[in-house]
Amino acid sequence: MNEENIILAIETSCDETAAAVIKNGTEILSNIVSTQIDSHKRFGGVVPEIASRHHVQQITIVLEEAFEQAKVTWDEIDAIAVTEGPGLVGALLIGVNAAKALAFVKEKPLIGVHHIAGHIYANRLQQEFEFPLLALIVSGGHTELVLMKEHGTYELIGETLDDAAGEAFDKVARTLRLPYPGGPHIDRLAHEGIAHIPFPRAWLEKGSYDFSFSGLKSAVINYVHNVQQRGDKVIVEDVAASFQASVVEVLTEKTFRAAIENGVNQVIVAGGVAANKGLRTSLKDRFQETKIPLFIPPIHLCTDNAAMIGAAASILFNEQKFSQWDLNGKPSLLLT
Amino acid sequence: MNTYEIVTHSEKETMTIAETIANLLQRGDVLTLDGNLGTGKTTFTKGLAKGLQIKRAVTSPTFTIVKEYTGTLPLYHMDAYRLENSDEDIGFDEYFYGNGICVVEWAQFIEEYLPENRLQITLTFLNQDDRKITFQATTEHFSNVINKLKNAKLK
Repeated sequence: MNEENIILAIETSCDETAAAVIKNGTEILSNIVSTQIDSHKRFGGVVPEIASRHHVQQITIVLEEAFEQAKVTWDEIDAIAVTEGPGLVGALLIGVNAAKALAFVKEKPLIGVHHIAGHIYANRLQQEFEFPLLALIVSGGHTELVLMKEHGTYELIGETLDDAAGEAFDKVARTLRLPYPGGPHIDRLAHEGIAHIPFPRAWLEKGSYDFSFSGLKSAVINYVHNVQQRGDKVIVEDVAASFQASVVEVLTEKTFRAAIENGVNQVIVAGGVAANKGLRTSLKDRFQETKIPLFIPPIHLCTDNAAMIGAAASILFNEQKFSQWDLNGKPSLLLT
Repeated sequence: MNTYEIVTHSEKETMTIAETIANLLQRGDVLTLDGNLGTGKTTFTKGLAKGLQIKRAVTSPTFTIVKEYTGTLPLYHMDAYRLENSDEDIGFDEYFYGNGICVVEWAQFIEEYLPENRLQITLTFLNQDDRKITFQATTEHFSNVINKLKNAKLK
């Protein structure tokens, strides 16, 4: 079934309150994100209860704005989609309950969407998928390689065994006393430094598509500690460049190998770390020699947004995979 | 207060100690894990998970704050790293007084919300491979856990 559909989508799994209206899973009618990062800077991280409170304050405003910009009427909305997990439970619940209330009042079907499926489908707002497809998802909470043979099916072929890539960026930034969020600062400093410090690359066992960034994090901490013990000055730019080189090399090589070995026709990248210039350049260079097209969406579609949730929901709508009234926020939801 | 200190020389040794402790725990036990970045808090939790026969890979809960695992007992792996300087009650009680084992990383950030009955574990960086692990028991049950750990033959 491939009928036309217009979906109102909501995303509140972490620090963004977002709503969007998406047509046929590919066209953005509106995409509103209310960034909460200013309030988080004070705390050096995402504070869940604060996040929930902000979501409560902003959800109606964001929904109204999304509705207004899309210039649609309630009659034209076919379904209401929402991120059901994974994420912070208090934050997820705001979106889930808003979606349920609207679906109930307006008598629309409800669609629960996996946050990572959303990140993958953010790419379909840019160009049509070609299967089999490999997706690299890199963010503060995720580092995953997902193989897709058709719409709506996800095979997790690699994931982090300890810290997510974005988390490693944040924690190394903290060690280097850089402000939160640390990723952009590391990226900026990395371009001013020389990657001469031989930090480890975690390749894990032969053939593995899994990742590990905990050892690298420890190596950076040890290095900084040792330099300080000697009474020398830590060259922050060089540490940033060397750390970033390690992360980028592992992400690039594993993605490249997974793409070749699985004979994919398309590689897509998603998640907040896809904003990293070092990673974007490295992936582009690596895939340039191959015939496999690589797509990295614009930054505003890489970070959390609701347009991607609407895009993923469109597939579920076509398959008539609707959620029931017992839809709930699931902090540890698996991608299946 | 029963206190016990032990020095480990590798990640594997830290995991073995945690695995041994896992077999001495009971429903509702709360363990707090304090120590700087890179001292092995998540490694310790991986050992606990192994002892509880949890098959899934235990990954850092920093981003999601709480991760739940199913083993011989449920394991609630919590991380207060992002709650520094926050005085919010974020509803940890449901976990602390629940049916599983709670292990809390960066527990010092939520000191006022922690239950009194707990096993306090502190990891201290000695050098690249060596860590000092300090156990402090606040109850007789945890005091017994420490005594059994002292007598256990660690592989």
